[in-house]
Amino acid sequence: MEAVAEWGRALYETTGINLTILYDAFDQKRFISGLGMTIYLSVVSLFFSLVIGVIGAWAQGSDFKLVRWLINGFIVIFRNTPPLVQIFFFYFGLSNLLPYIEDADGMRAPLFTNVQWAIISLSLFAGAFNIEIFRSGIEAVPNSTKEAASALGYTRLGTYLYIVLPLAIRVCLPALNNNLVNLLKTTSLAYAIAVPELLYASKQIWTDAQNVPTMMVVLLFTYVALVGVLVWAMNAWERSMAIPGYGAGRAR
Amino acid sequence: MAKPLIGTPAVAPWTPDQPIISIVDVRKAFGAFEVLKGVSLDVRKGEAICIIGPSGSGKSTLIRCINALVDVNSGSILVENQEVNDPRLDKLKLRRKVGMVFQQYNLFPHKTALQNVMMAPINVLKQDKKEVEERARALLAKVRLTGKENSYPGELSGGQQQRVAIARSLAMRPDIMLFDEVTAALDPETVKEVLVTIRELAEEGMTCLLVTHEMKFARDVADHIYFTDKGVIVEHAPPEEFFANPKDERTRTFLGQIL
Ligand SMILES: Nc1ncnc2c1ncn2[C@@H]1O[C@H](COP(=O)(O)OP(=O)(O)O)[C@@H](O)[C@H]1O
Ligand SMILES: [Mg+2]
Repeated sequence: MEAVAEWGRALYETTGINLTILYDAFDQKRFISGLGMTIYLSVVSLFFSLVIGVIGAWAQGSDFKLVRWLINGFIVIFRNTPPLVQIFFFYFGLSNLLPYIEDADGMRAPLFTNVQWAIISLSLFAGAFNIEIFRSGIEAVPNSTKEAASALGYTRLGTYLYIVLPLAIRVCLPALNNNLVNLLKTTSLAYAIAVPELLYASKQIWTDAQNVPTMMVVLLFTYVALVGVLVWAMNAWERSMAIPGYGAGRAR
Repeated sequence: MAKPLIGTPAVAPWTPDQPIISIVDVRKAFGAFEVLKGVSLDVRKGEAICIIGPSGSGKSTLIRCINALVDVNSGSILVENQEVNDPRLDKLKLRRKVGMVFQQYNLFPHKTALQNVMMAPINVLKQDKKEVEERARALLAKVRLTGKENSYPGELSGGQQQRVAIARSLAMRPDIMLFDEVTAALDPETVKEVLVTIRELAEEGMTCLLVTHEMKFARDVADHIYFTDKGVIVEHAPPEEFFANPKDERTRTFLGQIL
């Protein structure tokens, strides 16, 4: 650790590249906690967006017109509006309409914090896309396969959970991959409601240390690394699900 | 004694001297197109019944009515004395009594042969996994697929897949098996291995209703043959009589083309 700090200082003295996050404990802490917040936002929103996708795609096949209508309305609203507008809508708009609660000190506090609003907003945003993505995968499952499940006594829900979804996920993984990468990048919009994520932390650092170009480069590389890890994990998942003799697994 | 399919007290319990399937004047239309125009047919326990007829005559629709994959417009279908054409019908209870095998096998491609056989008893009937696995292995052995337990459908030949499908259906311990042209998609070499399996089942006393174009098989295995054309049953008879002495002109034409 000390060696890294040493190197950071030397780098600054010899080249003028000022990586305060290497030797300044305070900046380092801000940066790491920003990184942590970005990972936290990504993982939690990713999870909820998948849940929304799975449930929404299931509900889209409902026999009730009203349910299908509501799901389609939800998709249209969240796909056709900018995610930053959505975040503002929740944090500045909806938040004011909701009841307030008392916090631990007896102060009036909003029902959800900015971090929670960011998660809600990002989950719904990515979830709307996930519904459409899962739907395309579901439509690729032949009716005859579903019929075989019915003939074995599976209910509609059982058929969906045990047969349709596992097959659909395999079909739509590339599209899902894309959307989740997008979600990770979109977490940076939480900056706008003062969630101390990576971009927010970096901005604080470059404002104090006056090292804007350097921190910009650091920021870009950090996102590249984060997305790289996500893509690697998705690819590993895809490989683990490949079926011999089926789809992409056929070649093996 | 058989448990009632639906909890209607008015229904008398089924006894083996009654038909296990009784279809009376069933009609079914898709839109304006009438596919079944008043079909009646009885199957007794342990019988093997073959339905033959030209393509598009409504054979698949008819046997799909029996396990409620298709709902009929009018008429009555009794399975062990329980009305299938009843909105209160518990489809799960019906379908565990009536197994079905399809022309295109329709195995679950993401599961191994063994898993395909084990899935429904575990997921649907909530049976004990160990007990189901034992039964599934025995069923795969019965259809001569020992050694293929861990193969995925995509790694099996058509004939092998179809035998997995038969084992999968048998794992639910049905009283009745429906076969819808199960050899029609197979290579000629593999047709025989599937027919041997079905013949064994019929000989063991499984009630079988088969739609087939395999005339020799029908002649050897069927207790009774029904000939359908354009949504009606043209004639029916035991196989010797049916093939030796077809009464209707349409039957003669069909047999003339196919034999
Ligand atoms: N779900 C359906 N919707 C509309 N028409 C159908 C449907 N299922 C079957 N048919 C039509 O009903 C007729 C009989 O079909 P089918 O029962 O499959 O005949 P078979 O099995 O004797 O060849 C065909 O003309 C077919 O196109
Ligand atoms: Mg057919």
